[in-house]
Amino acid sequence: MISVNNVSYRYTGTSSDVLTNVNLQIQNGEFVAIMGENGAGKTTLVKMFNGLLKPREGTVCIDGVNTTEKSVAQLSRDVGLIFQNPDHQLFAETVSEELSFSLRNFGFDEEVIKRRVTNISNALDLEKYRDSSPFILSGGERKRVALAAILVWDPKHIIMDEPTIGQDYLQKDRLRNFIVQLISQGKTVVIVTHDVEFVAECKPRIVLLSKGTIIADDSASKILTSDETLARASLVRPQIAELIHQLPISGKPPDIIDAYEARDFLIPRLKMQIQTPKN
Amino acid sequence: MQNVSLSIEKGEFVILTGPSGCGKTTFCRCLNGLIPNFYSGEFQGDLIVDEVNVSDKSTAELSKHIGFVFQNPENQLFSLSVERDVAFGLENLGVPKEEAVARVRWAMKSTGIENLRNKAPYELSGGQQQRAAIAGVLAMKPNIIVLDEPTSFLDPKSAEDIVGVIAQLNREYRLTTILVEHRLDIVSRYANRVIVMDGGKVVLDGSPSEVYGDKARLIGIGLPKVTTLFHMLRREGFPLVTNPITVEQASAELRKVFQQ
Repeated sequence: MISVNNVSYRYTGTSSDVLTNVNLQIQNGEFVAIMGENGAGKTTLVKMFNGLLKPREGTVCIDGVNTTEKSVAQLSRDVGLIFQNPDHQLFAETVSEELSFSLRNFGFDEEVIKRRVTNISNALDLEKYRDSSPFILSGGERKRVALAAILVWDPKHIIMDEPTIGQDYLQKDRLRNFIVQLISQGKTVVIVTHDVEFVAECKPRIVLLSKGTIIADDSASKILTSDETLARASLVRPQIAELIHQLPISGKPPDIIDAYEARDFLIPRLKMQIQTPKN
Repeated sequence: MQNVSLSIEKGEFVILTGPSGCGKTTFCRCLNGLIPNFYSGEFQGDLIVDEVNVSDKSTAELSKHIGFVFQNPENQLFSLSVERDVAFGLENLGVPKEEAVARVRWAMKSTGIENLRNKAPYELSGGQQQRAAIAGVLAMKPNIIVLDEPTSFLDPKSAEDIVGVIAQLNREYRLTTILVEHRLDIVSRYANRVIVMDGGKVVLDGSPSEVYGDKARLIGIGLPKVTTLFHMLRREGFPLVTNPITVEQASAELRKVFQQ
């Protein structure tokens, strides 16, 4: 469990808080998206989860242990944080070395290392790049290498900062399936994202930050259809929610956000219109 | 890239898309001569930008014709003030001071950042930084602007604003615009043309509503959600006429049905 209690934070040498009195409990096995405008404090918040930043006021506890009591290295075994920019993380000569590095450091057997590297490479569509340098890969591919390099040591809580940037639709779909798999194994998955359409498809719990405070914490369907809340966090309605909003149909359910829901909602109504035209 | 042939006319607004690793970035690096001048490899064929063969010119020379904007504006800004940043390229080209001042002012006005001229880039929001990066390119008065996922680091509201700025520059100055993008939902409304690459080749090329069909979907192009919804409804046998690429188009057709 990730537990954030009355946390405030400001960067050294600045005079205003980046986070103000944030309270947030994330249960094991939950899937949470942290959203909000540029500069809302999203990345600052998740950097607290593996102890990279320590709160100025308040506490952050991971599975009951205060992050001030452990080193970042110790916390990282349980909390895998994947940065927004993969180039801040990658350094090895080949993809397979990149993926084995941490496991060697943690002292795993070569046999185990091999099996884990193979599994994670298959899951993230990286097997064909085993012997390539991470630096000749495209931006989207490097991002998946950075993700694999963390997931390979099997942390309990996985935090991804903007995982969909530079990913095409198939890769996003793969990422979504992979997240579902992680949650079903009881892992916690937290993503920081601006990608409204991705969130509309995955439907995580959304924690909405604006100017360093949590302004909403609810289901994706609720938050992505609430105009007032969206505007405060510089978000826009997903296309499908906007479309349904514009249609002159009475008794609309207020929370349709993806194409499948829209299809199921529209089919019986379109049938009725086509069978019984009013003129 | 394999045997790519295409031409883009002045004033076009082109979306270049395709699965990751399809050759989009490689194509863009060819446009300003980074390939073949800076990256090693085998280059065959001719690439002509504004009647100049890129192999005959330096990247610096080509930067007068073609400007680049990248994903992360932080990588493009480094001066102490926005104004200095916007002026940087011009100073390098040795543009006379009076003209440089006028161009910088014009570029900042066109991107809506005049009021930020004395701010340091790090004091700006992501959207403002990207506007400053675009202004820096615009001040060079290029005929062509290439933007590589310019909104992916921005929140949705700022992303919409930036795409609006780009579209306005395209319209007002007939600035040829090549936009590399995966998120077609927010950009398609402004483009007259979509080019899809896959495996280093151009596989689809046409207007958005021509290109956004089954073939594009199967390659893994993330079609706008309203386009996808109309495909689903057609598969259920509803005789919808349009292939909408924006919410407005989809809503117009559905409203007609419901107002009958």
